[in-house]
Amino acid sequence: MSHDIKTGASLYSFQEEYFLRKLGLEEIVATAGRIGALGIETLAEQMMPGFPALSDEFYADWHRWMKKYGTTPTAHDMFLDTKRFKDRLLTHDEMVESVQRDIIHAEKLGAQIIRVIVNTPPEVIEASAPFAREYGVVLAVEVHAPWSFEHPWIQEHIAVADRAGLDAVGIIPDMGIFTRKLPRVVWNRSLRDGATPALVEQIVSAYDSKADLTGLEESIAAQGGNGVDGGLAWQATHTIDLDPSELITWAKYIVHIHGKFYEMTDEGVEYSIPYDEIVRALKTAGYTGYISSEYEGNRHIQDVFPVDSVEQVSRQQQMLRRLIDSE
Amino acid sequence: MFDKYLIDATSVRNITTDGVVNGFEFAVRIGYYRGLAISMVEPFDVVVDGVAIDGSEIRFTVAGQTFTYEEMETRADVRWEMVDDAIITVLRPGGLAPGEHTIDLTEHLRVSYLPFIPAHHDNKVVTVG
Repeated sequence: MSHDIKTGASLYSFQEEYFLRKLGLEEIVATAGRIGALGIETLAEQMMPGFPALSDEFYADWHRWMKKYGTTPTAHDMFLDTKRFKDRLLTHDEMVESVQRDIIHAEKLGAQIIRVIVNTPPEVIEASAPFAREYGVVLAVEVHAPWSFEHPWIQEHIAVADRAGLDAVGIIPDMGIFTRKLPRVVWNRSLRDGATPALVEQIVSAYDSKADLTGLEESIAAQGGNGVDGGLAWQATHTIDLDPSELITWAKYIVHIHGKFYEMTDEGVEYSIPYDEIVRALKTAGYTGYISSEYEGNRHIQDVFPVDSVEQVSRQQQMLRRLIDSE
Repeated sequence: MFDKYLIDATSVRNITTDGVVNGFEFAVRIGYYRGLAISMVEPFDVVVDGVAIDGSEIRFTVAGQTFTYEEMETRADVRWEMVDDAIITVLRPGGLAPGEHTIDLTEHLRVSYLPFIPAHHDNKVVTVG
């Protein structure tokens, strides 16, 4: 099937450099463009201080940068602060209002997709769909571990897409749902933090061999595991390894892809996620959207190693292009 | 995810009103990958030299305004951005004596998509001149 797979980056990938004030928003956009991540996904609440009250000057700068660096806005990642107030949850109307705020922002950015955070109720998306359509924006809930496509909550969102229309509602799978091996950077950090080597080996080999992990946390605790061991066991039971062919099964709902990754090795492959199989499935599905690099290794290595998100994203971009261009 | 950066160890200083030292303050960063309205920033655990500071003695300053914990709860309109330095002030007559001290800080951020309130923790040895 013909496909048109494009690559970009979520600026989430560069959070370490942004947090440490080594790179500002414009420099990050320029960097993404330079390393070939031409589709730009943003988190307004991360790198656009003042959101949602951003000035016209900000949006004018934004569009100037897109032109200058040859980049294109892809998605805006929204959050829904249902627990904004200590004593009560947001009401349905307040949630819809919050989503509308994000739709208006996405349209101003020129992003046609909103990454909907997973705690957003399906009925809020359904109520917001006409507004999204009016603004030319698609609301797409993120399918992120430990949730799978078949999880009832995700299925409710997919049912909303069916009812409201695929021009206004879709899904964004995060490639972390295809974690074949427990990320090495995760369990190495556990070891540095004081995990018990034998228990780490037990957890990692159970995950990597696709063993049934039911009761793993209890078993690790019963063997005298400490808090770090327990944390790693929890991590293992909240990581999932679906078959990449699911991207074909759910293709018609998929509007954007989070290219989650933890570690691009010196050999140019992701240690834990089978991107060759993922790209092959997307080609078969005739996917025409972006794979948006989402680097999440920084938090696991920053205790002892320098974080170089730019190098990591650059390596993933090269790998993705190689896989997309190969027959 | 940014725990080791929460406390700026170089920022600790006594504060003086009318020539009298009545507390100390230090700069803190949010330990999360995005900013939050301060209504979602729950009371910190601040432990200085092993002694927990009572919440009534703490003030939080961000975006040029200073709040008590009770005031923070209601302020969904004030954001602690990811790049902001905020200031924690401890109202304590005499402040910190010159020399080394330990500051232990835990941030509790009410992140809506998590079924629990995540805690971010930092501990620094600081020197007061």
